[in-house]
Amino acid sequence: MTALAPSLPQRLGLRMSLAARGVDTLTLLMLPAAAFLLLLFVYPFLYGLWISFQPKEGGAFANYGRFFSDPFLYDTIWSTLRLALPVTLVNLLIAVPIALRVRLMRRQRVLTTILVIPITLGTVLVAQGLLNYLGPQGWFNRTLMAAHLISSPVRLLHNYWGVFLSLLITGLPFTFLLTLSYVSGVDPALENAAATLGAGAPSRFRTILLPLLLPGLAITFCLSFVQAFSVFPSAVLLGAPSGPTRVISLAAYEAAFEQYDYGLASAIAMIMGAVQLGVVVVVLAGRGLLYRGASGGKG
Amino acid sequence: MAIHAADFRELRLDRLSRQFGAMNALNDVSLTVRRGEFIALLGPSGCGKSTTLNCLAGLLPATGGGIFLDDRRIDNLPPEQRGFGMVFQNYALFPHMSVRKNIGFGLTMRRVSKAEIARRVADAVALVRLQGQEDKLPGQLSGGQQQRVAIARAVVVEPPLVLMDEPLSNLDAKLRLEMRAEIRRIHTTMGGTTIYVTHDQEEALSLADRIVLLRDGSVRQVGTPDELYNRPAHLDVAEFMGFRNRVPGRVAQRDGDQVIVAVENATVVAQLREDLAPGAEAVLAVRPEDLVASDDGALVATVTSTEFRGRDHTGFARMADGTELVFHSEHSAPRGSIVRLRPAPERTLVFA
Repeated sequence: MTALAPSLPQRLGLRMSLAARGVDTLTLLMLPAAAFLLLLFVYPFLYGLWISFQPKEGGAFANYGRFFSDPFLYDTIWSTLRLALPVTLVNLLIAVPIALRVRLMRRQRVLTTILVIPITLGTVLVAQGLLNYLGPQGWFNRTLMAAHLISSPVRLLHNYWGVFLSLLITGLPFTFLLTLSYVSGVDPALENAAATLGAGAPSRFRTILLPLLLPGLAITFCLSFVQAFSVFPSAVLLGAPSGPTRVISLAAYEAAFEQYDYGLASAIAMIMGAVQLGVVVVVLAGRGLLYRGASGGKG
Repeated sequence: MAIHAADFRELRLDRLSRQFGAMNALNDVSLTVRRGEFIALLGPSGCGKSTTLNCLAGLLPATGGGIFLDDRRIDNLPPEQRGFGMVFQNYALFPHMSVRKNIGFGLTMRRVSKAEIARRVADAVALVRLQGQEDKLPGQLSGGQQQRVAIARAVVVEPPLVLMDEPLSNLDAKLRLEMRAEIRRIHTTMGGTTIYVTHDQEEALSLADRIVLLRDGSVRQVGTPDELYNRPAHLDVAEFMGFRNRVPGRVAQRDGDQVIVAVENATVVAQLREDLAPGAEAVLAVRPEDLVASDDGALVATVTSTEFRGRDHTGFARMADGTELVFHSEHSAPRGSIVRLRPAPERTLVFA
């Protein structure tokens, strides 16, 4: 007992100093998450990076060289951006006014639930539904023709617009939910104050709401964009996979499972990641220029 | 000082009502405010004082009655066209704009020229004594400074009416006293008309020219601070103005407004506030400070507890019939002891 006594304060000392830095036994609870991240993200990523530098033939960068010398491959970047950027922007343009309206409603939860249902459906089911709905014999065309608005069916499938619409439907709920949380974070008293100072609704939006929402909208844009950029099922099912909607994930899929060239497929995946990162960095850098403090609300 | 309030004669609320579903938040409130007055809307929470203010500002549509500025009906105008200045409870400063931009916001919306805005913002900054803080963001200011910005922002447009919604409730006690004096000073300096919502009777008494006491959405009494403090018209008004003791009794004798009320085995001389004939049941209302321990005191009670107040003690006692009394005494009365309390005759009021 007497022999143990002197060592006790020392042990306490170590534990206390760790606790002061925020490390205690609770920190151990982080381990499963860390292991999960390590096993399912970091390891596959590094492995993919590693095999992307091991082409079937040529030097370490041969896969990257091949991608950027073959228009059939490097054009996929543009065709994907051409889909993902406008879809994300349109999503935001739709989500913001809805969120502004929903914020003032009492039965918020009902509408939110309805708007969120598409998330639970999954991209394939939505694509399947759109195939019927937008087809030449589908409701959409038949309704328009019955109303004599068009004389022959509009082609909305197996081209750019099919994929565009499907991405819009599956992406909107996500964008809307994020936007709603940012919108309800702005204190309504700010708008009231602006109103009593003589600002009409358009001025209030321009001078108060928009500046306070922009940082949040930038984050929403990034997350929605990344989702849209990795489009795959709808590009195949509703698009023209060999033409305008030959997206980058499709190129990676073909390299891996049609040509069995895992090195090239990994290189394409890395390029895909780099493009996403590039867009996100540009948007976040722009966000850095904005006011990012409290928006005076509950958020 | 270059900031002066816009000219008008009077603001009139005519039977203003507001319903929320089946609930009447505001019930036929009529009131005439003359130019230059400082009006306090006073009442407990839920009495309709903030509803009145929001209806005035146009942030809440009234469901009945009208609001008139001189002969112009304004209750159908949106807030941006009424041109009243409003100071919010949580200040509602625009967090992304500098103090200068916040104060100048109303002028920018009115398309005032840049030079004119700069001049008037400087005047407003001087009025609220915030020189040197113009380029800070609201988040960098203390609560008191934010309050000053909010006031400057509301008055810089020289509105006919400034509406204040419990502007001091988020400040600590010391700052509250300081800003109270500031608000009165600014009101006087610009010759403005102010409608001030508060639940704090002390604030209302010290600031207002006239107090409007509201309860359950209706006006209970309108009067000067002196009238409300010394001559409340109803028992609930008296209670709110600090008449904490209510003692049931019976009118024994009446001589004009002076009455003798029988309580238990004793009699109390008091002032009649409502029309009561001898024999009628009545309630005596008296403030703790007007209920003093005295050998000839009529009200006999047992002390239940005492609180130290600094200069004297607040005692709590119970009469034989269960009536609770609060009184002030120089010495701490021991718990369980019997006290005889004498209500001051001039300051004891009788209600039905």
